[in-house]
Amino acid sequence: MNHWILVPIVLPSLVAPLIVLAARHDIVLQRCFSIAGITAMLAVSIGLLIQATGGPPQVYDLGNWPAPFGIVMVLDRLSALMLVLASLLALLVLMYAVQTWDTRGRHFHALFQFQMMGVAGAFLTGDLFNLFVFFEVLLIASYGLMLHGAGAERLRAGFQYVAVNLAGSTLFLIALGLIYGVTGTLNMADLAVRVPLVPEADQALLRTGGLLLLVVFAIKAALVPLHFWLPQTYAAASAPVAALFAIMTKVGAYSILRVFTLIFGEGAGEAAWLAAPWLMPAALVTLVLGMVGVVAARSLRWMVCFGTIGSMGTLLIALGAFTVTATSAGLYYLMHSTFVAAALFLLADQVAQRRGSHDDSLAPAPRYPHIGLLSALFFVAAIAMVGMPPLSGFVGKLLILDGVRGVPLGSWAWVLLLSTSVLMLLGFARAGSRVFWKPTAIEGGAGEAEVAAPPAAMPLVAIALLLFSTVLLTAFAGPVMDFLDGTAAQLFEPRGYIAAVLGPEAPFTVSDF
Amino acid sequence: MSLVLIALLPFIGAILPALMIRAGRNACALTAGSVTLTSLILLLSYAPAVFGGEVIQARFEWLPGLGLNANFFLDGLGFFFALLILGIGLLIIVYARFYLSKQDPMGLFYVYLLLFQGAMVGITLSDNILLLLIFWELTSLSSFLLIGYWKHLPEGRQGARMALMVTGSGGMAMIAGMLILGNIAGSYDLTVILQSGEAIKASPLYLPALLLILGGAFTKSAQFPFHFWLPHAMAAPTPVSAYLHSATMVKAGVFLMARMWPALAGTPEWFYIVATAGLVTMIVGAWISIFKDDLKGLLAFSTVSQLGLMTMLLGFGTPMAALAAVFHILNHATFKAALFMTAGIVDHEVGTRDAKRLGGLVTLMPITATIAMIAAASSAGLPLFNGFLSKEMMLYEASHTYYLGQEWILPVLATVGAVFSVAYSARYAIHVFLGKERHDYPSHPHDPPFGMWAPAGLLVVLVVAIGLLPQAIAGPLVQVASNAVTNGTAPVVDIKIWHGVNAALIMSMIALALGLLLLWRYGTFVALRQRFPRPEAKDIFDRLVDRTAAAATFVTDGLQNGSLQRYLATMVATMILVGAAGFFGGSHGAGTRATLPISPLGLIGWLLLVAACLTLVFFHHRRLLTLILVGVIGLIVSLGFFYFAAPDLALTQISVEVVTVILLLLALNFLPKQTPVAEFAPRRWRDAVLAGLAGLGVAGLTLAITTRDFFAGSISEFHLANSYPGGGGTNVVNVILVDFRGFDTYGEIIVLGIAALAIFALLESSLHGKASKRLANWVPETARAFDSHPLLLVVASRALLPFALLVGIFIFLRGHNEPGGGFIAGLVVSIALIIQYMASGFQWAHARVRVDYHAVIGLGVLVAGLTGVAAWIAERPFLTSDFTYVSLPVVGTFEVATAMAFDVGVFLTVVGAVMLALANLSRIGRLAETGGGSHPIASQH
Repeated sequence: MNHWILVPIVLPSLVAPLIVLAARHDIVLQRCFSIAGITAMLAVSIGLLIQATGGPPQVYDLGNWPAPFGIVMVLDRLSALMLVLASLLALLVLMYAVQTWDTRGRHFHALFQFQMMGVAGAFLTGDLFNLFVFFEVLLIASYGLMLHGAGAERLRAGFQYVAVNLAGSTLFLIALGLIYGVTGTLNMADLAVRVPLVPEADQALLRTGGLLLLVVFAIKAALVPLHFWLPQTYAAASAPVAALFAIMTKVGAYSILRVFTLIFGEGAGEAAWLAAPWLMPAALVTLVLGMVGVVAARSLRWMVCFGTIGSMGTLLIALGAFTVTATSAGLYYLMHSTFVAAALFLLADQVAQRRGSHDDSLAPAPRYPHIGLLSALFFVAAIAMVGMPPLSGFVGKLLILDGVRGVPLGSWAWVLLLSTSVLMLLGFARAGSRVFWKPTAIEGGAGEAEVAAPPAAMPLVAIALLLFSTVLLTAFAGPVMDFLDGTAAQLFEPRGYIAAVLGPEAPFTVSDF
Repeated sequence: MSLVLIALLPFIGAILPALMIRAGRNACALTAGSVTLTSLILLLSYAPAVFGGEVIQARFEWLPGLGLNANFFLDGLGFFFALLILGIGLLIIVYARFYLSKQDPMGLFYVYLLLFQGAMVGITLSDNILLLLIFWELTSLSSFLLIGYWKHLPEGRQGARMALMVTGSGGMAMIAGMLILGNIAGSYDLTVILQSGEAIKASPLYLPALLLILGGAFTKSAQFPFHFWLPHAMAAPTPVSAYLHSATMVKAGVFLMARMWPALAGTPEWFYIVATAGLVTMIVGAWISIFKDDLKGLLAFSTVSQLGLMTMLLGFGTPMAALAAVFHILNHATFKAALFMTAGIVDHEVGTRDAKRLGGLVTLMPITATIAMIAAASSAGLPLFNGFLSKEMMLYEASHTYYLGQEWILPVLATVGAVFSVAYSARYAIHVFLGKERHDYPSHPHDPPFGMWAPAGLLVVLVVAIGLLPQAIAGPLVQVASNAVTNGTAPVVDIKIWHGVNAALIMSMIALALGLLLLWRYGTFVALRQRFPRPEAKDIFDRLVDRTAAAATFVTDGLQNGSLQRYLATMVATMILVGAAGFFGGSHGAGTRATLPISPLGLIGWLLLVAACLTLVFFHHRRLLTLILVGVIGLIVSLGFFYFAAPDLALTQISVEVVTVILLLLALNFLPKQTPVAEFAPRRWRDAVLAGLAGLGVAGLTLAITTRDFFAGSISEFHLANSYPGGGGTNVVNVILVDFRGFDTYGEIIVLGIAALAIFALLESSLHGKASKRLANWVPETARAFDSHPLLLVVASRALLPFALLVGIFIFLRGHNEPGGGFIAGLVVSIALIIQYMASGFQWAHARVRVDYHAVIGLGVLVAGLTGVAAWIAERPFLTSDFTYVSLPVVGTFEVATAMAFDVGVFLTVVGAVMLALANLSRIGRLAETGGGSHPIASQH
């Protein structure tokens, strides 16, 4: 049993109570624990990624109970990749937070660790109910983080966020009940084995359960029409939290990918590709509404929020094609959009902090310190977000366009992906011009005095590193895609996963029985 | 490798000027110049090979899966363009050094310029069309920075944005076009694509690919109707205009058409689209140019017109026309760059570039005037200058090309274009430099320093030299470039000044005469032009952008209105829709399991539940009543668990209910006691229908699930069988919680702990700042009880405490075999403690509890987690439990399971979480009750 698999979950789950227990009165100690914990998590995740790349999926039987009776964690290429992505993001966000936000409320670091525990668990678990539990962990931690820093606006948005997600959790339970009621199991690999065997009389219930599960994940992934919660939540959240939440929508996307390729994929008999007819159309609408929102935005943060929705649309177009090439393209885009969205949220915060009462609004405001540096960072981030060359957004878009050739609605995807890029270009060019160029013509900045102190370097370094990640993602697109192609192939050939969990003699399709 | 360096050096070197500006403006310009010069030298080192007909390649794998590779190649066309870009770039760098003022950030200027230069060279050297796309869009981006260089000027910002939007959109179309093209050809490599012309033209996807690619080329090269962005890009400093609009940016589109010529040209579609666009652009651009008073505007539209000319020639699709296009590209680059530079000099020295306010500069600025007039003569197509030669070729090609089956259309229209071009060129020379000397200039104009006119001077030397000795100077270059354009089918020509009297010469002479006539009667034509409405492209564009933004705002604000009710209604509607689609999309058979008869007790419970739910719906706006009803419903649910023989669940549910209701009561204290009733009837009906459907749906699904058996058994059979032998407990529910699915429980107690921490963090902030002032001034809505801590309750609760704790421990210990366990025990103990708080007051109770509940939570999670980790020491998986039987004197033999340690963690976390939440709500209460003062209310106990 490879205990390292569990470290990304157990480590933050121990660091967090340790912070609460021993460090709750000292912020420096909290920071040390927190950064050390996430760094270790990243290191272990990278180790796991190397292991997962080299071999078949590995399984971890919790409590030493064999699958499908106990809970299992499964490490495969996808889960390892998501772990690395999440912990890298977390580390950079944490770097940003330690000099800006972590003292503006209590328990930031503990909640942060718990959040990471939930995220890691969601990526690793091979059990559908356990996925629900980790959804709860990451959600409840996110409620706390969302409200970090207080303020009426944050509270109002936070309330909506909680309400929407409670509804989502309830539906998750209903869906789980249906699926368990029909199949008698919760283990995902076992479900993959049993779903094709479900008799005719139970198909309706099975499909209902499966599709309701899609709705649950779609809420997390901010798929239209379940996206309403996202803009105000992310816009109201403190910057590092919004940046960290860039991974939260990806948890939804990950879950869709996992469940609807493993359980309701090729081998699911009558319920094969259950999500396909729904995902692509919804993703197309999501893309359009997101990009329209970018043009409509009145502040940088709102613009990034809608950009996030649009990029979720793009991502789910790729995943919704349910082919190997499109999926690996989607995974590339997933990594890219996580880094870029996070960088932009942090950048908007840096601007807001320097503009005093003008905040991050797109209305004209006097010039402010470090405008040149910030505008350069924004330019790079905007290029990546819009998907202009040479950064990963462009590569990702090319890959997706290439990947959705010939799939149903593929030509719509082409038309909409390219035309909404123009909308996004419009939005970002206007915003950039207003926030970074126009102020140079408006003298007498009110904010000059209050920001006379030298800037904290760490936040800017964190942003630069996030952007640098997209540069690396571009430069090493070849090797990254080699890995992702293998990852996608593993998802579309779930026999290896099932064999790892249930043993090599596990039946796979109806004919194997 | 050095081939790649030609394109990459400007990118790498782009950082240098930003640093070297610290060493002064000269150092900065020198650095930028050296970078360009190095690239140029590298390029020239390939000249012998290129002229020898070789194609040099450099290939690097980047993203082979997609076909995007860093493949570069250098053939005649690439060499020709790269030479123009780097050569003129070098001159521009020199010119800009003297043009930019001290206030302008010169370092940034050269950074942008080098980035742009690299992107342009990249386009010309790309062997991979996806790589070409990257450089293509990079030119859009870097030119955005260059055009918006004077960012304090609104025209600069708007011009930059317009250029980006138009060329960027074209770029998006081109992405699609290139992907289609690559798919047809089976490769994204140009070397392959250029050989697959036949297959491409035969493909059904030829036309879409062509249209999309031309979309990119036309926007970039400012072809009608996308020409409008170019004049607004003139807000940039003149060196930028001179560079972008003579040799580089706008030529990229022409380059692309030339590059793709073997693959795409020669079809009727190509001819009619490309030639027509070129023709219209040539005439419209030239016509507008005549009437532009702003010198740069005049030159901008003349550029549009000249680009049209080149496009038209490429559109003809014949090798000879392609050769003419290549030759004109060279000539145009030389004279147009010179013209822009002189316009910049005039602006710089005189302080205006309005043609109406200029005149007679020849005596004041003789050198500049000479340069400008030579360049203008070439632009007009006067003999002995290079522009004459290529324009002759154009006219000759037009004279024998049929359009729509008619022989006369093209020659006539080409002559019209030539007339206009004579007129605007002459206007530039005559209205600015000739005429009466004026003395009303803002400053006294004189020739600029050598460094500023030398670049332009060098260019007009070329203009004259090529004009006089075309074959010797430009012949081989044009030949090798046009061979590359036409895949080797270009005719071998000997460019001569004198061809004898032919159609072209006659057309030229007509153009010259009519052009000068037009300028002579300039006033008449201005008046004529004023009589026709002229659509202002910028206004249309701005309106389009504004309307798009307004529509976007309308849609977004309309949908995203901040109403939670709407969001939830949409969610529930989606759930119903998708759920129903799922259900009716599959076959359904009724359950086969026999139903149990309804017992009277069950019926009563059910009726109570229904009644409570309905009452809640109708009285939900009375919050206290709602809370009571929620309590009732919870109680019935607990009884239901009990009824179905699940005492663990029943116990848990009851204790959870109690704790929740108490916490909610505390919170409700500060909330309005009534929820405002939704005033809008249709919305209430909408909600009622949605809620009804969702409820009925879930009920139906529950019925369907509970009336059927598992088709192939379930995992719970294993749990039942293994609870005692494997888990050491007879209470299966508890064994599931702490052992089979202990990991779930681990997660759930953490959820509880986080909830408490989050509540603490949230309420902590309300104890400080604005919220605390509001709280301090808070006046309760309801009257307070006279006796806040009744003696009877105080006494009873204190007596009860030890018993309650004992019950908690009892429940905890028996958990593994009988109903109970850490979770329930934690709740029971919490309730016992809460009662103390309620009865005796926060202050009293708090003073007697010396533990910090934070620590209790932390400890609980740690204990649970470490119990799990402990299994690693025994080399077993996380949370593997072990149990043994211990015999102690007196007590006897009893079982000790590691799961108990885990259960301790659960217990602690539950107690800590509940108490932390409660303690904080009470703190809020205390702050409110005391008005922030220091007199405690309950200290007397």
